[in-house]
Amino acid sequence: MMKNITIGQYIPGDTSIHNMDPRIKILLTLLIITILFFITNFIGYVVFSIFLALIVYISKVPFKLLLRGLRPLLVIIIFTVVLNAFMTQGEVIFRFWAIKVTKEGLILAGLMGLRLVFLITGASILTLTTSPIALTDGIEKLLNPFKKIGVPAHELAMMMTIALRFIPTLLEETDKIMKAQMARGADFETGNLINRAKAMVPLLVPLFISAFRRAEELALAMEARCYRGGENRTRMKQLKITRLDYVGIAVAIAFCAAIVGSRYV
Amino acid sequence: MPIKVEKLSHIYMKGTAFQKVALDDVGFEINDGELIGLIGHTGSGKSTLIQHLNGLLKPSEGKIYIDSIDISSKEVPMRLIRQKVGLVFQYPEHQLFEETVYKDVAFGPRNLGLDEEQIKVRVTQSLKMVGLNYNEIKDISPFELSGGQKRRVAIAGVLAMQPKILILDEPTAGLDPKGRDEILGEIKRLHVEQGLTVIIVSHSMEDIANIAERLLVMSKGKIVFFDTPKSVFREVDVLEKIGLGVPQVTYLIRKLQGLGFEIEDCVSIDEAKKELLRVLRGRTS
Repeated sequence: MMKNITIGQYIPGDTSIHNMDPRIKILLTLLIITILFFITNFIGYVVFSIFLALIVYISKVPFKLLLRGLRPLLVIIIFTVVLNAFMTQGEVIFRFWAIKVTKEGLILAGLMGLRLVFLITGASILTLTTSPIALTDGIEKLLNPFKKIGVPAHELAMMMTIALRFIPTLLEETDKIMKAQMARGADFETGNLINRAKAMVPLLVPLFISAFRRAEELALAMEARCYRGGENRTRMKQLKITRLDYVGIAVAIAFCAAIVGSRYV
Repeated sequence: MPIKVEKLSHIYMKGTAFQKVALDDVGFEINDGELIGLIGHTGSGKSTLIQHLNGLLKPSEGKIYIDSIDISSKEVPMRLIRQKVGLVFQYPEHQLFEETVYKDVAFGPRNLGLDEEQIKVRVTQSLKMVGLNYNEIKDISPFELSGGQKRRVAIAGVLAMQPKILILDEPTAGLDPKGRDEILGEIKRLHVEQGLTVIIVSHSMEDIANIAERLLVMSKGKIVFFDTPKSVFREVDVLEKIGLGVPQVTYLIRKLQGLGFEIEDCVSIDEAKKELLRVLRGRTS
């Protein structure tokens, strides 16, 4: 039932993209996504799509998976495209009753749609090539400088790690409780919206109780092993910036320069 | 209400890289009013099998008949099957959710669409069946009860569906010896007094030897034995090979047999006591 959850869908691999330092990967992803908004003309999009295709090729991420990542956001993409197509003023191509479609509108809609697709694809490549643990490690390190202004970097990262760790466990638990209640004649599938929401109570209450119980057990187990948060904590995997990362940075900067340059072509 | 399983196979995640055969051509028959013990190593397909018996899982192949109704066919209303076959999951107390014990036990009957009067009768009866005092316990929150009591309330919740077949997945897991004996005693009593067909999944060879009339032994999705405890526990070597064992007392008797004592096979302490006394008395006289 919940197989379409794509969070943390990491595809293990040994490519240059996989092996980059997560910190650098996060920063470069942010950079590339930001630069997407600097593109104003068609050439820029061509350059960007070639670059993206290259990264996908190097990372060996199956194209099908990227498409699947787009599916949940299909509604938003369509909404944006339609809105842009109908709402832009300019040279009218055709008119239907009160709706008119303009040339400018069509172009803008196309570009906006592409922009969204690129945005999601870029972010997906990050999560598809970085294990959730590496990702949280990277986020923690990146947030470290903000500790001074009170950002609990380590705690946030730990919470993310734990949350990711427990997703499969909770799904399993949900399945089990659902079956147990179905064995008592519960019906989760039919009825109107209100009845279905009501039918969730026998599922949600035990699920919350078990989640709290697990949380408490985990906290105890961590304290029993002297867990005391971020201070002076060493890690098994030290993050290291390698030559690969410098190459990545150089390529990304060159790319950004090309995009900015494309504005003046 | 006989149970008949024919050529049942179940494959998880069929057609993907994670494909796993959980049940492989399983077939057996269980008569009315039998008490069956189901044993097998972790991952042998026990849980998959029992979930098929009340329609929570659908067979990949094969048929299941309960009271001559093919429950794998789409036309059969699930409610009917769930009412006939009560399934108590492992740690059933984790399914409790209502504010009071009464409401929780009433959940099943209410889903069956019964009226308040009938629901009350059923709740009273099922709480009594599991040895709880209705008046004392009905207004208490199930979360305030002890572990053993919670489990009984949960079992009562399934009994309130008034099933003819009761399946319990490790009903004694995590209970202390007293709680274990009480639960097993109540199951046995339900079986005798109400004539329920009972299937118990257990990892304790002792428990199962004491209570079951026939044993269904599974390994790697297949049935290895389906016979009386006495005959099954004779196959020590096979059982050990598939990660199981025999009751301690059976090991003892086998040792004694090896030492030349003329003693019958035993699977329970009571039996062994009688046999040992018989042999010892025979010697002295």
